[in-house]
Amino acid sequence: MRRTRAGEPSELDLMATACLVPSLLYVLVMFVYPFLYGIYMSLRPAKVAGFSLANYLTFFGDEWQYRTVWITFNIAVPNTVVVVSVALLLAYGMRRGIWLERTVTTILVLPISLGVILLAEGIIGFYGARGWFNQLLLGLGLLNEPLVLTHNYIGVMLSLFMQQFPFCFLMLLGYISGIDPSIENSARTLGAGPWTVFYKVMLPLMAPGIAIAFALVFVMSFGVFPSAILLGQPAGATRTIAIAAYQQAFESYDMSYASAIAVIMGVFQMAGLVIIVLLRRRMVMAATMGVGKR
Amino acid sequence: MAVTIQSLRFRITKRFGAKTVLRDFALEVRGRQFVTFLGPSGCGKSTALNILAGLIPATDGDVWIDGERIDHLPPEKRGFGMVFQNYALFPHMTVFGNIAFGLQLQRRPAAEIRERVRGMLELVQLPAFEDRYPGQLSGGQQQRIAIARALVLQPRLMLLDEPLSNLDAKLRIEMRAEIKRLHTNLGLTSIYVTHDQTEALSLSDWVVVMRDGVLMQAGTPQEIHDQPRNLFVADFMGFRNFFPVQVASVHPDGSVEAAGNGMRIRGRTRHALVPGAAAVAAIRPDDVVVGQQAAGSNSFRGKVEIVEYLGRGNEVILALETGARLWVHTPERVTPGESVTAVFPPEKVILLPPEGAGGAA
Repeated sequence: MRRTRAGEPSELDLMATACLVPSLLYVLVMFVYPFLYGIYMSLRPAKVAGFSLANYLTFFGDEWQYRTVWITFNIAVPNTVVVVSVALLLAYGMRRGIWLERTVTTILVLPISLGVILLAEGIIGFYGARGWFNQLLLGLGLLNEPLVLTHNYIGVMLSLFMQQFPFCFLMLLGYISGIDPSIENSARTLGAGPWTVFYKVMLPLMAPGIAIAFALVFVMSFGVFPSAILLGQPAGATRTIAIAAYQQAFESYDMSYASAIAVIMGVFQMAGLVIIVLLRRRMVMAATMGVGKR
Repeated sequence: MAVTIQSLRFRITKRFGAKTVLRDFALEVRGRQFVTFLGPSGCGKSTALNILAGLIPATDGDVWIDGERIDHLPPEKRGFGMVFQNYALFPHMTVFGNIAFGLQLQRRPAAEIRERVRGMLELVQLPAFEDRYPGQLSGGQQQRIAIARALVLQPRLMLLDEPLSNLDAKLRIEMRAEIKRLHTNLGLTSIYVTHDQTEALSLSDWVVVMRDGVLMQAGTPQEIHDQPRNLFVADFMGFRNFFPVQVASVHPDGSVEAAGNGMRIRGRTRHALVPGAAAVAAIRPDDVVVGQQAAGSNSFRGKVEIVEYLGRGNEVILALETGARLWVHTPERVTPGESVTAVFPPEKVILLPPEGAGGAA
């Protein structure tokens, strides 16, 4: 209903437009403009006059730089798979409610309320060479020397898992418990065991939620920065692409090169999302196959 | 479909924490029977059905089919068909995929599956719907598909959990006839859960009235309708008017004279009432006859308080001279304030023991 009476614009239309303005402004000012400006900057290297792809060529010509892409994928992909898998298993197990559900959920979600820094300090304190974890294993005689769990790849993975698991779990739990339980029950009465129900009925229904979880966790992991510095080896094994961009921007003061690295990072994140969407289609197809018509 | 059961026998107790939702609920269902669990929400009827299906474990008890104990079997091993209130079709599969689901799990040959699915679609009168998705169907069509999906596996027992309560009134009557037709033509054994007494009476061979997890009365629809065994069943089956009385005399043919609150009421009973015992006289609003004659035997003067026009008659509330309220359905046109006589035909009045005295069957 665009108009209440002939020629008279309805109040609803005006209201709707007015309500859109703040969010539109926000997207424009906080995302579209910086994004476009970043691309523009990345194409205007400091040492060359005019537009040039020099920054991109430098990045992919320098092993010290381009290996950050591999390093980042090497952190982001396993972390995403682990976080989503563990969250999915737990959320699926809890979809019908469990004993002390509120308490369990609170404990699982608690890390969200702590900042990354506090979490990092905690991980160093607990898993460090002189932390309780190692002390306990040493004391029990299970180890001869402490396990190195911080300031390396494992430390970054631990930190990312703890930051991202709670929100991924909450999201999946909400998604899965929203699926009508009688769908599952009807599958059971039609002869499907628990595994068949999971694979042929629940998985396709959960696929959109799982895909969103994968996408969000992957993008967040790909941008890993504080964890890679605080719990990793920012000068070596965990020098991620975000660190590379940071160093160009605030150590070499080359904003143009830093922008180029940021754009490269964005492109890889986008590529990851595309792959996730394609995999999701594939997953639904596979699960529906043999159940569909031919 | 000649593979239905000979008999189903069960005795179930179910507790959720401290709350007992089924207390020693026991029944024997014979093959080809249509049995209804009838009761208000929270009476445990759906829980009982889910326990029979194997979807909820019983706290205590056993379930037997043809001499085989089955309560340890998971739902997929029981060979029952189940139809749910909200249809529970698989939204990501076509109608064909939904109906074929169970057959494909049994690894039937594709040609057989195609043939049986098409046969089912014809049986539920939706032959051209194979490629549609559940989201593209109306509620009534979805429920037909859900029924077809269960029937295609030739279940030895059909369980129906309020399958019609999400449909509109007209469709409900249509689908009721459809369910009865399928049950009879295919020679099924069915257990049907509902809170709707009309559905229960029209569909069933055997009605089981439940309250708070306890079986209150089980019998043919006629028995439940005409001879409710206690106040709860009487109330549920539409006896709206209850008068506390004291039994004056009981005759061998079951007719009773009783009095209380200034009313002398004649009726009949199936209970062993003795003179002097407390009882409750009950009559349906439809059975009260309204007229203008003077008060006589089993008739009472009263003033019309409220009249609601219902099309086929009027729902009237009378304030009797004895002080009691009387609900009446009458084709007579009466007006508020008018004085009328309400006649209770003695064969329509039943006398029941008061609440708490020999209630459960």
